[in-house]
Amino acid sequence: MSPATSNRRMRTLDGNEATASVAHRVSEVIAIYPITPSSNMGEWADEWSSQGKVNIWKTIPSVIEMQSEGGAAGAVHGSLQAGSLTTTFTASQGLLLMIPNMYKIAGELTPFCMHVTARTLATHALSIFGDHSDVMSCRPTGFSMLSSVSVQQAHDFAAIAHAATLRGRVPILHFFDGFRTSHEIAKIEELTDEDLKVMVPDELVASFRKMALTPDHPVLRGTAQNPDTFFQAREACTPYYEAFPAIVQQEMDRFAQLTGRQYRLYDYFGHPEAERVLVIMGSGCDTTHEYVEWAQKQNEKVGVLKVHLYRPLAIAEFVRALPASVKKLAVLDRCKEPGAPADPLHLDVIAALRQGREEGHTTLDPVVVGGRYGLSSKEFTPAMVKAVFDNLAQAHPKNHFTVGIVDDISHSSLTYDPTFDVEPADVTRALFYGLGADGTVGANKNSIKIIAEETSNYGQGYFVYDSKKSGAITISHLRFGPRPIRSAYLVTKANFVACHQTSFLDKYDMLEAAGPGATFLLNTPHGADQVWDSLPREVQQSIVDKKLKFFVIDAYDVAKATGMGVRINTIMQTCFFAISGVLPREEAIEQIKKAIKKTYGKKGDAVVKQNFAAVDHTLAHLYEVKVPGTVSALRVMPPTVSAEAPDFVQRVTAVMMEGKGDLLPVSAFPVDGTWPLGTTKWEKRNIALEIPEWDLGICIQCNKCVMACPHAAIRAKVYDPSKLADAPATFKSVDYKGAEYKGQKYTLQVAPEDCTGCMLCVAVCPVKDKSNPKHKAIDMVDQAPLREPEAANYSFFLDLPEMDRTTVKLDVKGSQFLEPLFEYSGACSGCGETPYLKLLTQLFGDRTLIANATGCSSIYGGNLPTTPYTVNKDGRGPAWANSLFEDNAEFGLGMRLSVDKHQEFALELLHRLAPSLGDELVAGLATANQATEAGIKAQRERVLALRQKLVALADPEARILNDLADYLVDKSIWIVGGDGWAYDIGYGGLDHVLASGRNVNVLVLDTEVYSNTGGQASKSTPMGASAKFAIAGKSLPKKDLSMIAMTYGGIYVAKVAFGARDAQTVKAFQEAESYPGPSLILAYSHCIAHGYDLSLGAEQQKLAVDSGHWPLFRFDPRRLDQGEVPLQMDSPAPKIPLGQYVRNETRYRMVEQQNPEHFKQLLEAAQRETTNRYSVYEQLAKLSVAAKGQEAKGE
Amino acid sequence: MDLSTTYLGLKLPHPLMVGASPLVDDLDMVKRLEDAGAAAIVMHSLFEEQITREALGTIMDMELHAGSNAEALSYFPNPDEFRLGPEKYLEQLWRIKKAVSVPVIASLNGITPAGWLHHGKLMEEAGADALELNVYYLATDPAESAAAVEKRTLDIVRAVKSEVNIPVAVKLSPFFSSLAHFAVELEAAGADGLVLFNRFYQPDIDVEALEAVPSLQLSGSSDLLLRLRWLAVLHGHVKGSLAVTGGVHTGLDALKGVMAGASAVQMVSALLLHGPERLSQVRAELAEWLEEHEYESLQQSLGSMSLNKCPNSQAFTRANYMRILNGWKP
Repeated sequence: MSPATSNRRMRTLDGNEATASVAHRVSEVIAIYPITPSSNMGEWADEWSSQGKVNIWKTIPSVIEMQSEGGAAGAVHGSLQAGSLTTTFTASQGLLLMIPNMYKIAGELTPFCMHVTARTLATHALSIFGDHSDVMSCRPTGFSMLSSVSVQQAHDFAAIAHAATLRGRVPILHFFDGFRTSHEIAKIEELTDEDLKVMVPDELVASFRKMALTPDHPVLRGTAQNPDTFFQAREACTPYYEAFPAIVQQEMDRFAQLTGRQYRLYDYFGHPEAERVLVIMGSGCDTTHEYVEWAQKQNEKVGVLKVHLYRPLAIAEFVRALPASVKKLAVLDRCKEPGAPADPLHLDVIAALRQGREEGHTTLDPVVVGGRYGLSSKEFTPAMVKAVFDNLAQAHPKNHFTVGIVDDISHSSLTYDPTFDVEPADVTRALFYGLGADGTVGANKNSIKIIAEETSNYGQGYFVYDSKKSGAITISHLRFGPRPIRSAYLVTKANFVACHQTSFLDKYDMLEAAGPGATFLLNTPHGADQVWDSLPREVQQSIVDKKLKFFVIDAYDVAKATGMGVRINTIMQTCFFAISGVLPREEAIEQIKKAIKKTYGKKGDAVVKQNFAAVDHTLAHLYEVKVPGTVSALRVMPPTVSAEAPDFVQRVTAVMMEGKGDLLPVSAFPVDGTWPLGTTKWEKRNIALEIPEWDLGICIQCNKCVMACPHAAIRAKVYDPSKLADAPATFKSVDYKGAEYKGQKYTLQVAPEDCTGCMLCVAVCPVKDKSNPKHKAIDMVDQAPLREPEAANYSFFLDLPEMDRTTVKLDVKGSQFLEPLFEYSGACSGCGETPYLKLLTQLFGDRTLIANATGCSSIYGGNLPTTPYTVNKDGRGPAWANSLFEDNAEFGLGMRLSVDKHQEFALELLHRLAPSLGDELVAGLATANQATEAGIKAQRERVLALRQKLVALADPEARILNDLADYLVDKSIWIVGGDGWAYDIGYGGLDHVLASGRNVNVLVLDTEVYSNTGGQASKSTPMGASAKFAIAGKSLPKKDLSMIAMTYGGIYVAKVAFGARDAQTVKAFQEAESYPGPSLILAYSHCIAHGYDLSLGAEQQKLAVDSGHWPLFRFDPRRLDQGEVPLQMDSPAPKIPLGQYVRNETRYRMVEQQNPEHFKQLLEAAQRETTNRYSVYEQLAKLSVAAKGQEAKGE
Repeated sequence: MDLSTTYLGLKLPHPLMVGASPLVDDLDMVKRLEDAGAAAIVMHSLFEEQITREALGTIMDMELHAGSNAEALSYFPNPDEFRLGPEKYLEQLWRIKKAVSVPVIASLNGITPAGWLHHGKLMEEAGADALELNVYYLATDPAESAAAVEKRTLDIVRAVKSEVNIPVAVKLSPFFSSLAHFAVELEAAGADGLVLFNRFYQPDIDVEALEAVPSLQLSGSSDLLLRLRWLAVLHGHVKGSLAVTGGVHTGLDALKGVMAGASAVQMVSALLLHGPERLSQVRAELAEWLEEHEYESLQQSLGSMSLNKCPNSQAFTRANYMRILNGWKP
């Protein structure tokens, strides 16, 4: 053992940080692109480099964020060619984009190690979670593939891999399970710089550098070879692959000498005379290990073979690792290869055994069956392992099975007993149900660190999030115990359950996972004496049946008293330590304070003091409840969805909403990922503490609030007074103020259970009460008392007839009378993107196809369980699809091509069938003006008439036209995505699509940062703003995408900001849609990643426009025909300094707080840039152009 | 002409100095002020609420959405050096101290005697020659008595004095009901001087938008009168230094301040209006007047028109009001 041992620290960190910590220290260049769940590795590397942390050769690694994973792979390849130790981090689709370069890198035998958080590939649906489908797609690239199973191993294997690739020249894809390992927090022994120096000695680096491309001794790579030579040359690398497994083992052995942790390429654990053995890769190894350990104590002859080196598969080593006694093997794959004879690892094991026998490495000929488990981070538990072993014990074990699901269609699934458990009794298990915004996850991460780093205990933390971005639930699964924890699955029999939100009592069966005699901590406004009566019957039952100890605290009261606002994290954390007994109370409090000091110490005393106060106040407000012996509540948990919900929602969606989607069988699902629209309406989330209340007396009926609402939760209608006959008693109605609907009634109605309480509507309300200007036409009031009456009012409101679209004037006010077909999404409270999408669906939703790039808008647009796009009473609505991140413009263009082809063909058929259909109908259909709502309506009526005639025709072409007739009504194609897509990864495609001349509308929801993956810089990020990968403030100006698009001349371009000028926004959407060629709308979207209270979003949009940061304009090529300049400025020259706008946002302020001088320079440069840009636009808007026909002749 | 004076124990060549203002934000301006002959430089105030709110607000903005979503564990980078405390202020203080040779007086504005007061100590460590404690507080709570307001202020003075060794002046507002008594109490609590008076920013009303809008009115010479009266009243009652701030635009204004009892004269509005060079003009006017009137030194005039020495001292008291009313004819 080396002397370095004594210096090693025990650290508590997640798999990503553990891996990046090694990769950063043994690399010189790091080129990345953010993708879940690997993003954090790149972020760590960037953060460390920006802090000046050096690698083991005492130089700071260069970190660059590229425009895509394809770009990152190209940069990696170039950097390697030029001789720098290079790494990257990626996953899933990102890994797929790297494959072309991976073939090159491997073909050139380039030492290189990349780290991959194995993640599901998008198929019938996208999934951000973990399985091996991405890494399995890399099997043929020539990369070595090394699998680690835990946080410690991810750390250790990173070192082994970087060493092995330098020694053996075969590049390595080191992978571990996305989320389960990448995001699990565990206590590990950290490798020191000295360890890494031993592992990656200078002589290996020197020999790598000798391969560098340099003009000082030039060579050529990347030749083109012909049939005469390519084949032989390709075979020349074979000896390197044959030698490589031994090299990896050699590095594992060196590592063992250094650290005492001995790894094998194929690690067997279990009974020395095992008859049944499970072969598996990834985090499932540890779960299986845990089961095998238990089973051995029951004298079962079982074992597990953990595959670490998957490529090159070392056949001799693999077969020799199996015990000679083995009779049956089960091979588990965490991916699905439809149509293959078996899934990849299964197939490899069969081949290895056969070849092993043929080559004389073994005589074993066991029965081999294979199965799938754990797709998309599906739980894989000891109970499932047991089911696999039990299957093997059968005379004829099921082959090609699945485990962990119920497959009632193909009957592949093994049954298992979900109550089966092998966890040791001395492991403390705790579950915390929190709200995203209350800080539960952060506090729990802190708690693990405290326990794991301050005691001899090992700790594990894993966090489950829901898909909503507002009001999201988080479930923290924590374990503490005297040994390293191998349980790579969720906590089921908890000793401690904490409910941080009272409202969860009615939504989730939290105590299902409480073990007998466990402790239950509830945050509730009810005191210890009253709380029992406030609980639903199910909760009381669990408390009584399981003999739970029950504690309460009013954490929000304590938070209010100590100025913590909604952050109850420190308070609930203090309660956990006070009653769980994991640490002595006094010591725990001291450690919490120490952790607070560590977290916030550098950021200011005020925060530290406030948190200290919260800790001190907590204990005095924590009470134990005397639990009655019997259940007394009459109230039961309310049904998840209303009885009126459609059958699919009742059977499938509701189960997912309850958090019990795991129980749904295969038959519950569509075979191809097709999903019904309009499901958010059944999920009454009730997350707003306050909702707007309408004062009809002072309201001017401008509908600005309706326009601004991100969740379509405040709506307006005008209707005939007779409709009020059955109105609920508290339903509000007032005479319509305008002349256009004289004699009609107007109602502004809030959806109380769908509102998120963001206050944007109140902020944009222009009406103030003259005698009390604090009071507006809408004010925020407590939701609880209004919930029931307003829900009834809202229901009545929805049943009022929708307005006749043909009579509505399409200005701000009129557009907001149109039915939104995008409602109640899971977007952030106060989201700046969704008002644009809602407007889009109001204006064109009944005839729109949407191609949506991956990102926030695809998540709140399409993440289950419920989705926001919906249909009108005719069943029409936006047809929405997400393909990928990088291809969205092309995806949308494809829709255009298809729709145009349909229309073209329909018109051809129409003319062919004209003799039977009548010339008048045919001419009407073929020449219809569909520019207005009335035109669309008339065309739909013509189509109806056409269908009636077609039915009577025997001509087969009449059938075809009947199928295509709807395409005679124009369709609107919208290509929607964020700035990460439009400015970066999808830019090449977007450019091509914009240049195609085809009639597509591109809507860029520009938040100026990668919002969905957590705030990485894009080329849209403005100068001076801080973002991940631009920590010190972006030093270059935002890319001027609109200017680039304008240079084509034939593209309609608009820049809009609804909070600054909603009328211009509405106008631009209509102009873009009506423009017969490509249109591009850049829409300013305020975002939580900007760092301010989003109720001020509209106000901040005004400042963005007034400062010139976001000039409003429309560039309409049609104006040239009238001899007018295509560009019209819709906002005046900058009238406030840029600083007045940017200083309201944390993303800028934090740059100033880091380095005021630097910020000053950036701000000055940004101010110059802003002034100049506006000036260029202004001049372009004043150019003189020749009227049509007046141009100089081209010849 | 000998214009020298002693303020808070600092020996100064003349009484004219830059009052607390945004002028010191810019180091070039600070140098211009020194070149224009400023005897000392008072920095703008470090506000308690500014520090607390910025720190809490920034952390809230950064953390509120963290740990809520599987794809984004956070939405902001986490730079190592990230200062939400008084560091920015202290750094500017340190820079000013390095840039100029005249005394620099740091200014601390707080309304609670909580732990933040140790910022005074940090200012001392950063090189401040003295502290100006700015008691900028609007007593809007009907439940809070005048006595409570005074007590809190005294507590703050004691707390700050217990932490620092440099002199501490207290900058007051004119809204204390019994200012003479309170001034003596402040001195007993440890105040080395008093600065008269704070000018509250007074919001205007936008009648169209129905909003209160912040407004910043620069002072004029007429603002000086209130200060003159109270300087005259306090001079002689307190042993420490008095300074005048608000309304000094000319040499005569400065002279009046000194005659009423101020050993230091702070200028802001005049410098904002006319640039730092105005300070040297005022100094020249002051010297010129004293020479013309054959004074030996400025000290000769210090407090000459205070309540105790003024030949018609009733002019500073209620009688002044009566006389003006009687003399006023429509």
